[in-house]
Amino acid sequence: MEEKGTFKVKAGLAQMLKGGVIMDVTTAEQAKIAEEAGACAVMALERVPADIRAAGGIARMADPSIVMKIMESVTIPVMAKCRIGHFVEAQLLESLGVDYIDESEVLTPADDKYHVNKNIFKVPFVCGARNLGEALRRIGEGAAMIRTKGEPGTGNVIEAVRHIRMVNDEIRWVSNLPAEELMSAAKEMQAPYELVKEVARLKALPVVNFAAGGIATPADAALMMQLGCDGIFVGSGIFKSGDPMKRARAIVAATTYFNDAAILAEVSRDLGEAMVGIDISSIKPEDRMQDRGW
Amino acid sequence: MAGKKIGILAMQGAFLEHQQALSRCGAEPVLVRTARDLEAVEGLIIPGGESTTIGKLMKIFGLDSLIIERVKEGMPIWGTCAGMILLAKEIADSQQPHLGLMDIKVKRNAYGRQVESFETDLEVEGIGQTRGVFIRAPYVEEVWGGTKILSTYLDKIIMVQEGNNMLATAFHPELTTELDVHKYFLAMA
Repeated sequence: MEEKGTFKVKAGLAQMLKGGVIMDVTTAEQAKIAEEAGACAVMALERVPADIRAAGGIARMADPSIVMKIMESVTIPVMAKCRIGHFVEAQLLESLGVDYIDESEVLTPADDKYHVNKNIFKVPFVCGARNLGEALRRIGEGAAMIRTKGEPGTGNVIEAVRHIRMVNDEIRWVSNLPAEELMSAAKEMQAPYELVKEVARLKALPVVNFAAGGIATPADAALMMQLGCDGIFVGSGIFKSGDPMKRARAIVAATTYFNDAAILAEVSRDLGEAMVGIDISSIKPEDRMQDRGW
Repeated sequence: MAGKKIGILAMQGAFLEHQQALSRCGAEPVLVRTARDLEAVEGLIIPGGESTTIGKLMKIFGLDSLIIERVKEGMPIWGTCAGMILLAKEIADSQQPHLGLMDIKVKRNAYGRQVESFETDLEVEGIGQTRGVFIRAPYVEEVWGGTKILSTYLDKIIMVQEGNNMLATAFHPELTTELDVHKYFLAMA
């Protein structure tokens, strides 16, 4: 019997994206540049995170016409963001036919208690996580792909590094626990017990985990890959830089050849200006996007 | 088949899933990213992923011509999903870089976008029943020459073989626990 929207096909698309770069785009032209540069998917947005940060106010789902124009312009998968907990934005994006929804802290949360029940959708979801408990809560709600939260729109990779190291440390910890200690680990992390057992058995997350939030250079991408990420999201890093096509190509190559320093050095040459970075300590606590969601 | 060195093209996509499946079959999987990696293998799998991404990277890093040469000398090759697209001589409505080795014309994203992705049971000639996971999958619109159709689903061609060294599937055996398609390919290698 033919079955659509199963967890296998939702998580399966994320598996096909591995080793690739997903790029934020705001126009059909940018989407075509991303596809031409070798992006494995694009994220359709009204504004990139750096501009959302600068503009302030309430950031919402993109205008459907922007998402549709981008879907019409490329053959690679198109993702779009909904606000945390805004299940109607998610319903709308599903009806547009987007290939993945990012329930994202880059947008202003719509619910201060509950994330979207992602299990009831046919379209798959990706969610951000700073630690294993957060990742497993999102997977419990139906997320078929996880990414680090990092600190979006900063061009500063430190938070993404912190988040992947934390998730991997906790996976190693859980993997080495005797069976009788897993319930307490689940309690401590506030994570679903069945998923904690699954992580202990697999010694890995049951879904793909990408890097996101602050990646600006080919070396940043390779760093996150060497730290164990499955692939890379680049938000503001490409279209806020001096030469988007060249930088995009370089980040794609660096994500494939993340272990080859000679190739990394070659593709990192003469890329022009990187996006302007922001020091995390200069961001007011209430403006930190990573603290949105729970 | 034990210990046979089989490469998996590791530009982008689900190459680790193929690596695990090959290990479970008793073969020796090798991730292929460079010309030197390719020299060491007796067969090659092109995994699922984004065909535009894999095709561009193969071309930029010069692996495309080396793979074409090896396959013409008889090296067995199997493409799943994006791999099938890259093996085809013709891709409907696309000028993207590809290997152009098999006498087939494929249609990309033939079943629609992700919400149309599905899994189902399939009948495959020479294998029997197997599980098919289709993710933004292509299908084969046309075959010619000596290309043999090994499976169809709802009248669409989804698995083909050409000669004794080229195999292509629109679906992803590497996403299931079944190993029958991997064993079928290893028997060709």
